[in-house]
Amino acid sequence: MADEMKIGAYICKGCGIGDRLNADQLASTATRDGKAAICQQHDFLCNEDGVKMIQADIDNEGVNRVVIAACSRRAKTEAFAFENVTLHRANLREGVIWVRPDSDDQQETTQEMADDYIRMACAEAKYSKIPESSGQQGVNKNILIVGGGVGGMTAALEASKAGYPCSIVEKTATLGGATAQLHKVIPTKAPFADPQENPVAALVAAVEADDNITVYLNSRTTNISGAPGRFAADISTESGATQTKEFGAIVQASGFTPYDANKLPEFAYGKNKDVVTQAELEALAIAANGGAIKRPSDGKEVSSVVFVQCAGQRSKKEGHLEHCSGYCCSASIKQAMYFKDQNPDVETTIMYTDLRTPGAGGENFYRSGQKKGVIFTKSVVSEVVDGANPTVKFKDLILNEEAEVEADLVVLATGMVPNSGQPTRAELTIAENEDAASAKAGEEVEIRVDVESILNLDYRQGKDVPHMANGFADSHFICFPYETQRTGIYTAGPTRRPMDAKQAMDDAMGAAMRAIGEAENAGLGRAAHPRSGDLSFPSFRKEGCTQCKRCTVECPFGAINEDEQGYPVYNESRCRRCGTCMGACPVRVISFENYSVDTVGQQLKAVDMPDEFSEKPRILILACENDAYPALDMAAQNKLEYSAFARIIPIRCLGSISLSWITDSMNSGFDGIILMGCPSGDNYQCHFVKGSGTAQERMGKVGDTLQSLSLEQERVQTYEISITDIHKVPQIINDMATTIEQIGMSPFKF
Amino acid sequence: MSSMVEKYRNNFLKEVEANVEEGEWVKMCMQCGVCAGSCPLGKHWDHPPQEIFMMIRAGKRDEVLTSDSMWMCTSCYNCIVRCPRELPITHIMHGLANYAKRLGLAPKAQPTAWFSQVFWDNMMKKGRVNELKLGLSLYFKDGFVSGIKESLKHQKLGMNMMKAKRMSPMELFGGHGVKNAGDLQKIIKKAQEIENARIESYGK
Repeated sequence: MADEMKIGAYICKGCGIGDRLNADQLASTATRDGKAAICQQHDFLCNEDGVKMIQADIDNEGVNRVVIAACSRRAKTEAFAFENVTLHRANLREGVIWVRPDSDDQQETTQEMADDYIRMACAEAKYSKIPESSGQQGVNKNILIVGGGVGGMTAALEASKAGYPCSIVEKTATLGGATAQLHKVIPTKAPFADPQENPVAALVAAVEADDNITVYLNSRTTNISGAPGRFAADISTESGATQTKEFGAIVQASGFTPYDANKLPEFAYGKNKDVVTQAELEALAIAANGGAIKRPSDGKEVSSVVFVQCAGQRSKKEGHLEHCSGYCCSASIKQAMYFKDQNPDVETTIMYTDLRTPGAGGENFYRSGQKKGVIFTKSVVSEVVDGANPTVKFKDLILNEEAEVEADLVVLATGMVPNSGQPTRAELTIAENEDAASAKAGEEVEIRVDVESILNLDYRQGKDVPHMANGFADSHFICFPYETQRTGIYTAGPTRRPMDAKQAMDDAMGAAMRAIGEAENAGLGRAAHPRSGDLSFPSFRKEGCTQCKRCTVECPFGAINEDEQGYPVYNESRCRRCGTCMGACPVRVISFENYSVDTVGQQLKAVDMPDEFSEKPRILILACENDAYPALDMAAQNKLEYSAFARIIPIRCLGSISLSWITDSMNSGFDGIILMGCPSGDNYQCHFVKGSGTAQERMGKVGDTLQSLSLEQERVQTYEISITDIHKVPQIINDMATTIEQIGMSPFKF
Repeated sequence: MSSMVEKYRNNFLKEVEANVEEGEWVKMCMQCGVCAGSCPLGKHWDHPPQEIFMMIRAGKRDEVLTSDSMWMCTSCYNCIVRCPRELPITHIMHGLANYAKRLGLAPKAQPTAWFSQVFWDNMMKKGRVNELKLGLSLYFKDGFVSGIKESLKHQKLGMNMMKAKRMSPMELFGGHGVKNAGDLQKIIKKAQEIENARIESYGK
């Protein structure tokens, strides 16, 4: 595609565009200002005839930059899918005629809006290149599964069924993980009334019978380098023997570790042998083998048992778990049934504050427990007193009184700690800076971590996938479950969020699907969601790079490594094409073929700027293409009007905003700038995790720029927009127009 | 019966299941409190149904059976309609009241309990309720002086009812009843025998 660039502009007159706008004028704008070599008008561009017209120009006239002036870039994507060209959309329908009233006195400003969008699309075309592959790609169908519990085995069996060879790496000597230690499991089938047989034996047999699955026992992944499609993993056994294998994608099903009950001295754990954890009760039940369960201290058959829910969980106390582990209520009901099914006269009491039994059959199982005579008491246990029989002291929350009860055995529901490995470098730096007053801001601290890494990624950003609240591996639970901030690595089971065995197995199926998808995707050099299919990837101009490392630090996906000299090394298939590195680069050397500082910077410069006395201000809106831009489109579909002075440019992520766009637009005379990104913070909705948050931080510095230009602070505003904020977005634009009326036009109009 | 009730043990619950109408539902309560919130007389109850169910599970036998809470139920059925676990709460309340009365533990001065007995005795005599006598016994519930005062307060209403032939002073002397009231009494007696036998068998 080294050929001469040739822009073809195509103006659609359908959907009322032709009635509301002067198409001939648009065409002359495209050819005169936009330098389009060819410009054609059509009454119905997205129909077969219109598409053929464009294709003919591509084939016969050498058009390789296609500008379509019609509807939003989110509409008619199937019709306007041309190969070997770049595609640019001037949004005349949702962006102009649908948001402006159809009246004669508004005709002039509406036409100006449309003309500007044509200029902007042509400018973008001029500075875009056709994405070419990086040459890094190749299909590797092998899937690495870290963890041989029910989740890992399910993932392996599912991927194998789909024709993808799997390797399970299990650190212990046997498959089965935590579930293998259970007497029976929480029921997964209707009527959800009784504990169910443990599925581990059947799974292990299936895994062993499957030729497509290789199992490495007593093994760990001691190093993983590469990227989706070309991961190289060192699999080392305890004895130290290591082999390196190549994989296309990775599923991390590393499970959980039971919370250490020794941290709960108030419950006499460790002091009284008859105070046990749920895990220990499973061992007692296995030992009883269907007979009466005997207590540890003297081997007496248990005639009364109290279950203490939320032991060391859902508590903000130092050393306790803040989260709900999600499975313990059902597990306690199941364990109470071990006693009741064997002998209905055994007294079983479950002390809970909020009973939570997630899953389809959870409520039925709870009811079944009640029918079997398990007593449920809404109460908070304050203490377990040591004695021949432990005594449980608690407050009954229904009767609002302190009470106590003696039992042969007390079972603590202690919850799960995710096996998610080490925190990332960034997470550690923040934590260190927070505690150690000696650490200087920004300075990298040599960090020692007492947690063993699970994956041992050879990534600049850290050895494991980033964590979210309470140490669980980050996964975008709203939009993209299983997804981590490391492309091609999918978490499943309790390492991702608290859950029971059944949910972990369902989860593993999903993660296996995602892993397969990514192995294939990487083979084609395509981006994973949300820019699925994007072939572009970031590259940098080495001569200009100052080795500042901001791109490697700020990349939300750990896609960029550093070479010995500190230059960035891109791993195409780890990249999600958000452009956060581009926004981070202070010397603007990072760009994508179809998205760069210029593709946006030239668009805003292409806007025709009326002079200061025209009473026609210009408002630049940089809107995130994932949520804010669809919200604007939907506002248009609802015919909500907004100011004719707005000029909207969709961007990949707020994180990709280069500060130069802000200064350039101020310098070229824009009166106001609105940035629209996704909500950030703990409950972030940013599709690239950190983009909007990073942008918020960077925009903190815009104040200085404005001051140096002696401009009012109100001229630049950042908003967090959800996709549902359809009524809010036009309001924000109109408010900015009002603000400009009050503070006056920008003096920087030349 | 179970004098050895232990706290947070099943034995009182089992006693309730054996002796109280619909008592087997008590263990199914999930303590959501919708019944307590739905009861139009809730604020007059010492213990709303939710609490009664928890007290049964906590083994508070005396507190439950001597409580006047279940006697406050007016059978509006709001709780039954709303209970997400579909417990027949109204029936359980009456069942508990009934059981407490059988054991002689029901609170003596509780007006509903007292009135129920008066109603029953009145009705059993002739197979029909003698409204005049029932009304008067209600007026004179707290003694002769307050009875006179209460009657005089309703004097006008009474005179009007007599004028309209809705009430006859002659009812004071015997009053009318059903045909063969003796047969009805036999039927009721037999029913009581059957019920007593059933209770006996549960107690075992």
